Amino acid sequence: MAELPAAGRVNEQMDRSKDEPGGLRVKPINNGTVIDHIAGGQALNVLKILGISGTTGATVSVVMNVESKKLGKKDIVKVEDRELREEELDRIALIAPAASINIIRNCKVIEKRPVDLPDEIVGVVRCQNPNCISNTHEPIKSRMLVKGKNPVSLRCLYCEQPLTERIADYLI
Amino acid sequence: MREFSKEEIDSVLDLAQSLEPMARGKKSNILAGKILALLFFEPSTRTRMSFETAMKRLGGGVINLGPAEGSSISKGESLADTVRVIGGYADALVIRHPKEGSARLASQFSPVPVLNAGDGAGHHPTQTLLDLYTIRKESRLENLHIALVGDLKYGRTVHSLAYALSLYGADITLVSPPTLRMPDPIKADLSSKGTIVRETSDLGEVIDNVDVLYMTRIQRERFPDPVEYQKVASSYRITPESLASSQDNLIIMHPLPRVDEISPSVDETAHARYFQQSFYGVPVRMALLKMLIGGD
Repeated sequence: MAELPAAGRVNEQMDRSKDEPGGLRVKPINNGTVIDHIAGGQALNVLKILGISGTTGATVSVVMNVESKKLGKKDIVKVEDRELREEELDRIALIAPAASINIIRNCKVIEKRPVDLPDEIVGVVRCQNPNCISNTHEPIKSRMLVKGKNPVSLRCLYCEQPLTERIADYLI
Repeated sequence: MREFSKEEIDSVLDLAQSLEPMARGKKSNILAGKILALLFFEPSTRTRMSFETAMKRLGGGVINLGPAEGSSISKGESLADTVRVIGGYADALVIRHPKEGSARLASQFSPVPVLNAGDGAGHHPTQTLLDLYTIRKESRLENLHIALVGDLKYGRTVHSLAYALSLYGADITLVSPPTLRMPDPIKADLSSKGTIVRETSDLGEVIDNVDVLYMTRIQRERFPDPVEYQKVASSYRITPESLASSQDNLIIMHPLPRVDEISPSVDETAHARYFQQSFYGVPVRMALLKMLIGGD
């Protein structure tokens, strides 16, 4: 479990890399959501899972591949003025099971928690089986049952094909 | 098949047993006034005809989708819409479709029960149930030693059958060429349920020690080299000579159609059960239809 800053403390410390003195890379946000402890290199996939692109209008800061005692390299994503919903955030566990969520209001961390995969992921990951009915023009969303959380192991509800590796490659 | 419990399977097999006289022609009107819709998006002989027979033996009627050409499907209609529409005409649907997961999708959109008659390389649960019925009737389900032979990689019937047999504590020997072995995740799943699973490429090694030989077809197109195919195909061929020292009560099964796996001269031996197996598809499908739309 990640060691998280205590609730209510100023969120500045999340931006510091302990191995790099003065490593404040992005200024703290006043309000919004900070996703910390994302495995290095996965930040853009996290944005993809959250449906955040350049056209969504949100102010987003991304820090990639900073030193982390726990992960070696980690990424951080900050979404300003938007408190992301729990069910949106939990999907992040698909590719960043060690990620931690910090909800910031008035410069303070008012809620922090790890991510926890739900039992079913709908419309986020496509089935890797090209012959699965979910990969056709039918009016359905992909549905993946979560069979294991660490490591992440999914199974398509429709064709029952498992998906355990390179999950990021199958993000919709 | 993985969602079925042993008790549920047993109740289907028990009901099939009680319906067997009707499957053989004794008059019945259990499903009089009911209509079964057959939606076969892929060719099928045995499965389609045995469902049709099962429904008619129980006094019900059958409607057929017919060839996809010229139908709403060829105009681009989704499967979801097709089953919603035809589900309005019938009391149950039987679907065979080339895409895996299609039967589950159909069940989400259909207003009436859906029976999966094969979805791509996915499942064919009624075949598994009739296989179990055959084994129970012609051999025994408990403490069985069975050899599954042939294409264990792509053959959908053997995957479902292996899962179902694991519920009965079967001892399973997998016999296939190295390139057509059963996928590791399935073997791991079976072992985790306490099933004894052995693997070999040599059919001669097991033929004398098993209660059931379950043969499957090895498809020529799985082998890029025709010479290699011929070599493999001939090593998995059953003849009266190869059965010379087998157990007296050994039975041989095959989902059919066969090509070269079983010599026609084996048909006359006491071991052959594949034609009975094919017939048992009727009482098993009658049982399923009665359970789903029989009203009790």
